[in-house]
Amino acid sequence: MASISIKNLKKAYGTFSVLHGVDLDIADGEFVVLVGPSGCGKSTLLRMIAGLEGVTEGEIQIDGARVNDRHPKDRDIAMVFQSYALYPHMTVAENMSYSLRLRKVAKDVAARAVTAASQKLGLEPFLARRPKALSGGQRQRVAMGRAIVRQPKAFLFDEPLSNLDARLREQMRAEIKKMHADLKATSIYVTHDQIEAMTLADRIVAMHGGVVQQVGSPLDLYDRPANLFVAGFIGSPGMNFLEGRAEKDGIRLRDESFMAMGDVPEHLLGQQVTLGIRPEHVVLDAHGQGMPAHLDLVEPTGFGIILHLTLNGLPLKVFTLDRAVLQAGPMVAVTLAQEHLHLFGPDGSRIGGTSDPAAAA
Amino acid sequence: MQSGLLPTIAHRLAVLAYVVFALFPLFWLLKVSVTPNDLLYSEGVRMWPSATTFEHYAHVLRHSAFPTFFKNSVIVSGSTAVIVTLLASLSGYALSRFSFRSKYWIVALMLLTQMFPLVMLVAPIFKILSPLGLTNSLTGLVIVYSAFNVPFATFLMQSFFDGIPKDLEEAAMIDGATRFTAFRQIILPLTLPGIAATLGFVFTAAWSELLFALMLINGNDAATFPVGLLTFVSKFSVDFGQMMAAGILALIPAGFFFLLIQRYLVQGLTAGAVKG
Repeated sequence: MASISIKNLKKAYGTFSVLHGVDLDIADGEFVVLVGPSGCGKSTLLRMIAGLEGVTEGEIQIDGARVNDRHPKDRDIAMVFQSYALYPHMTVAENMSYSLRLRKVAKDVAARAVTAASQKLGLEPFLARRPKALSGGQRQRVAMGRAIVRQPKAFLFDEPLSNLDARLREQMRAEIKKMHADLKATSIYVTHDQIEAMTLADRIVAMHGGVVQQVGSPLDLYDRPANLFVAGFIGSPGMNFLEGRAEKDGIRLRDESFMAMGDVPEHLLGQQVTLGIRPEHVVLDAHGQGMPAHLDLVEPTGFGIILHLTLNGLPLKVFTLDRAVLQAGPMVAVTLAQEHLHLFGPDGSRIGGTSDPAAAA
Repeated sequence: MQSGLLPTIAHRLAVLAYVVFALFPLFWLLKVSVTPNDLLYSEGVRMWPSATTFEHYAHVLRHSAFPTFFKNSVIVSGSTAVIVTLLASLSGYALSRFSFRSKYWIVALMLLTQMFPLVMLVAPIFKILSPLGLTNSLTGLVIVYSAFNVPFATFLMQSFFDGIPKDLEEAAMIDGATRFTAFRQIILPLTLPGIAATLGFVFTAAWSELLFALMLINGNDAATFPVGLLTFVSKFSVDFGQMMAAGILALIPAGFFFLLIQRYLVQGLTAGAVKG
């Protein structure tokens, strides 16, 4: 196992820049998830760590050694591909032992490693099969098995679950987490699915437009998003945003309604700012107190209910566990829990610790 | 899917018509090759002669230079097919996987070579090969055939490589293979259908090539079989029976060759490589 360190890493294809200088330190045994929308550079970053893409500028270190110019085969890392990339002309056992055969590991040692990995993944009945005779979930397991037999310095995952159906994805997610707890392997996991990111990561690296937006623990990103991008990307249903102008004791929204807030920093007065509030922090008021909002759409998820409202002409999503709203009329009353308001400045970056009740008061 | 009886019948009839159209010349070849000479002109047009004979075959095999032609053709076509497939695999892989500065021009140049009528090139090629001592030699023919077949075969192989996910060799490289090892152990086995198709295509192209064989070769020693067939045409007559018998014999290796590779031609080995 190893630590990985990335210093001012840049990638450009000709004049088209994909990564604009990424710095990241990954500790030995840490599970780091790179998350972001497609095209944010997360896969490119992963492929650069794997050695499948060249480095334009900056440095990648594995265990303190610079690996920029090292061929993928000499980096001693394993990767699980989105497509699984199983060798179709080899059996499951051959797929799993291929890396060991390339390293000229003794046959009995390799066989033992394959047996151990296949036991762990429940693949023993399939060892003699070819990949095409396996289901999607089984192929996924073989791809994982191929990675773990090697005991590499680090595991890289490139959206490994996105080809599975929802049920299987949930199951494999838990298995990956279990496997990591078991092996304590340094892992970098790329996904666009923020649920995967939240559930798996020790630390999340949120990326957008080739720039790291925020690095932190999952709850850190959820509770204290560093900017509008992270606030909107993490969480489902997504955070509500209300644009307005900062005034002395609050925010004047677009529709001229006033949202009282604690202290608004002086330098923001008169500036365009954005208020954010998560759907679960919008409170529906049964007694009709609060701001009147029109109920447009109800989406019951079974676990809870997502409501789409219009508040003073602005769209607002609400998440509630209270099924009574299903009987509600077209008008409901809402209040925004002030201690859960997030404030973002004109450049989209977070202002103060507004998610912290003490700071908001 | 349910379809009406009438469309099914029409469809089958159309297929049947095509098959008859395609195979009839072969049948006629066979028919003439077993027709005794005295019946060939006296019986008029019949589907099958009243008497059959194998004397043409016997004559072709025993008293003509056909076995030499045959051997030459096998050598020329076989080596051309192997050389071209080898080169086209490497260049097709390069075109499929790498981006390099002159790629566009190389592709354009290769396309350009396919645009000239070969007749135009016969004289210059003769002029080039003659001082090198490569006229009237099988080596010369192999070189010329290879040169003309490599571009098309490269495009053919490229399309097969394009069909193999890049992830596979990347996975192999991460597993510890060099690019060449990944090519040899992962990509090539999956390209067997493509290689078979390319081998078959080049082999038949070289097998039936007449123009260059005729121009670059004189004398029977280095003649290939298409040139040899012309020896059955003399100034005053055409020995159709022997010519057709030779034609039938010449079909055998081509048929045998396709029998060998057809298993790869129809096989989709990449199934199961990635989600599908």
